Amino acid sequence: MSLPHWDVVVIGGGPAGMAAASEARAEGAERVLVIERNTEAGGILPQCVHNGFGLRVFGSDLTGPEYASRWLRRAEMAQVEFMLQSMVLEINADRRVLVSGAGKLHELSAGALVLATGCRERPRGALNIAGSRPAGILTAGTAQRLVNIEGYMPGKRYVILGSGDIGMIMARRLTLAGAQVLAMAEVLPYVSGLRRNLVQCVHDFDIPLHTSTTVTRTIGRERLEAVELCAVDQHWQPLCETARTIACDTLLLSVGLLPEIELARMAHVGLDPLTGGARVDESLQTSVPGVFAAGNMVHVYDLVDAVTESALRAGRQAARYVLGNRLTTAVTPQTIELGVNIHHVVPQVLHLTPELDELVIELRVRSPIEQPVRVEFLADGERVVSQRLRYARPSEMIVLTLKPDEIACLQRAEHLSVNCRPWES
Amino acid sequence: MNATYDVVIIGAGAVGSLIARELARYQLSILLIDKNSDVGEGTTKANTAIVHAGYDAKPGSAKARLNVAGNRMFEILCGELDIEFDRCGTLVAAMDADDLRTLEALRERGIANGVPGLEILDAAATLAHAPALNPAVRGALWAPTGGLVDPFQMALGAAENAVMNGVELALETLVTGFERQCKRLQGVVTDRGTFYTRWVIIAAGLWADDLMRKAGLTGFNIRPRKGEYYVLDRRTAEVMRSVLFPCPTPVSKGIMVTRTIHDNVLLGPNAVHVDDKNDLDVTAEGVDEVWQGALKLVPGLDRRDVIRSFAGLRASGSTDDFVISIPDEPQGLVVLAGIESPGLTAAPAIALQVCEMLREAGLRLDEKPGFNPLRRAVPRLAQLSLAERRVLIEQDPRYGHIVCRCEGVSEGQVAAACHGPIPARTYDGLKRRTRLGSGRCQGAFDLPLVIDIMARELGISPLEFTAKGGASRYLVNPEEAGG
Repeated sequence: MSLPHWDVVVIGGGPAGMAAASEARAEGAERVLVIERNTEAGGILPQCVHNGFGLRVFGSDLTGPEYASRWLRRAEMAQVEFMLQSMVLEINADRRVLVSGAGKLHELSAGALVLATGCRERPRGALNIAGSRPAGILTAGTAQRLVNIEGYMPGKRYVILGSGDIGMIMARRLTLAGAQVLAMAEVLPYVSGLRRNLVQCVHDFDIPLHTSTTVTRTIGRERLEAVELCAVDQHWQPLCETARTIACDTLLLSVGLLPEIELARMAHVGLDPLTGGARVDESLQTSVPGVFAAGNMVHVYDLVDAVTESALRAGRQAARYVLGNRLTTAVTPQTIELGVNIHHVVPQVLHLTPELDELVIELRVRSPIEQPVRVEFLADGERVVSQRLRYARPSEMIVLTLKPDEIACLQRAEHLSVNCRPWES
Repeated sequence: MNATYDVVIIGAGAVGSLIARELARYQLSILLIDKNSDVGEGTTKANTAIVHAGYDAKPGSAKARLNVAGNRMFEILCGELDIEFDRCGTLVAAMDADDLRTLEALRERGIANGVPGLEILDAAATLAHAPALNPAVRGALWAPTGGLVDPFQMALGAAENAVMNGVELALETLVTGFERQCKRLQGVVTDRGTFYTRWVIIAAGLWADDLMRKAGLTGFNIRPRKGEYYVLDRRTAEVMRSVLFPCPTPVSKGIMVTRTIHDNVLLGPNAVHVDDKNDLDVTAEGVDEVWQGALKLVPGLDRRDVIRSFAGLRASGSTDDFVISIPDEPQGLVVLAGIESPGLTAAPAIALQVCEMLREAGLRLDEKPGFNPLRRAVPRLAQLSLAERRVLIEQDPRYGHIVCRCEGVSEGQVAAACHGPIPARTYDGLKRRTRLGSGRCQGAFDLPLVIDIMARELGISPLEFTAKGGASRYLVNPEEAGG
């Protein structure tokens, strides 16, 4: 029995999925389908009612819903098809897809598959907080959806654990909604989200921020009644003598995002333990031929614009794969080695084919360096690309874009590596 | 005063619910009472969920006899009540020479208790059974009749089947005392009124001693012993398929590493005496003890796989053995107390024994012609074939709408759980019936969807929807948010 066939099937209709699908069409793929579990496309964007989206991609400051609707229009103009309110249950390495939609199970096949499943929030269980398990403990993103989409209010007096971007944005949002944000605790000595959110959401709204501090206990049997805050030492161990209790009815967790990789696992896609996401090559193809990865399921981005830019490449390459315009099997893949102060790098591997015409390296540093730094890409010890930055922080992704002549320098190299260290004076 | 009921059972955990279901076979009017918002909310919901083979308890004890008898009943019971059960066998691992001697003692005790198939494996055979086990293992006791079960489903399945067969269920009903006429109990006084009855059965787990005192029986005390646990992500069960016990200590069977019936991995429990019967707090020291204990059995565990921690309380009594008795005074009372491990395994046999005791004490047990022993759980979509899923979706399109990604639970299952013989009324009730929210995202994705679906199905305001009854609401009135 032959299954309904699409040239490119994109799983996930968020910013990555919409960009990848639009670009796959633009590159010449005929039938492109986006499968989205929600009732509307946009992924997380519809609940991100704050601004700050689109500065790079559109040159304007948009809200999340505005950014989503622009991409939805593009996708529709490009005649991308959407299957909404549909959850992909299974995929395999042969690019067969099983989808559960309201009222129907669909099986279909794809010439190329783009995984754009985004990320999810780290739950409480991963945090090892002692105490009770009452109502009133939820992730910042769940709270954001309740407030901005459903119009509900999950509590009145909040403590926020973690200083991720969603947490900081929710601190402002809840304050504006009339609630009290009593404290934001961050176990690291520095804020883990973007500087601009620290200023605009935390400082401007007088949210008490406590770095090197964590929540050690939740109190309350039915609904949360209080949390215990504790300062931590440099090994993140709580200093018991600093424990104090704050009465509150809600604890929001903004303690990190994890790539959503369950479907990738089903297709036996190789993963990178450092990013938690799929391992990809320069075309954002995974270890499984014809299966591409886009956006936050590769590694968690800080800006939606960067998600879009990477997803455009994934969509373009997926279309080329279907159209037979790019073959990488002829060359041996090379791994990019992690040098000084590099936490991870995407892509993890490169196929240095002669026709390779675009190469973007995204990376995060391990530790912050609050002085000018050099980020360099080396081929057999020779500096191919070097970039000077005013500082380097784990919360801000660093991007190196290689020009064709720089790519040419890589061709015969045996060792590729990346470093980030203070700028030599 | 004429009795309204023949039997009032206090406590709808696994024991009370199975007794209700067993008595529902007869022409009796029965009331099952529980103080919580759902059945199985006490010790039943938070334990290691093992069907024990029966080599632990002292030969001749009620624990030993009822463990082995109960163990034999699981295929039929779980088949009739659609409860997930896997007789996968269990291992007790020996790490040194002392442990090897303990294995021998356990095996002998097991043989004395009538446990079939016990076998001592050498190190190689042990590792073949459980490749994730510490390679330093010296040997193990293999108990093929041990297994895994869903304890909440045992209480729910039994209670639902009881309700289907005419038993009345009163949840959120707190017993405050008893009414006596001369030497005989005649009424159960609750915060919702007094229920008159010929027989009272106390199956109240942690609170059995309090109720016994209210009935005039002194001298028995329950001292709760807390056990803390870690739940690991499902994918860890791909490599950890076994049920691994360490060698037991005098106070507990030790910190185990086991797959669960739902294919998570469970670590725990430790054993700490507490005074407060409501103290289900997880402590930093406790879970650390659990982690360290688990590492001794399976050194390759990864902390990043932890998705949840929880604590349960064992209803440990001041006698070492189960108390299952009809006291001389007051009359009209059956007491079940100190039903700690292996209580879950023993529960089906306890229920049979209670019926026999009541018959001997003069209660007429005439079979009810229309008794239906079969009950179906909410469909477990994730376990169905494609063809079976298609049939369900054709009947009700909501089975196609997945609301819990991690566990693959659909809106159809949520609705079914809200309209079963004992409806889910809270998030936790829904979770225990469907697995929704129990996966790696711990409800972060489904909660906003579920609040609306549950409010609609239950005909309540979303503001009234709770995690576990009482004050455990998820939402506040936005008008009052500034207050």
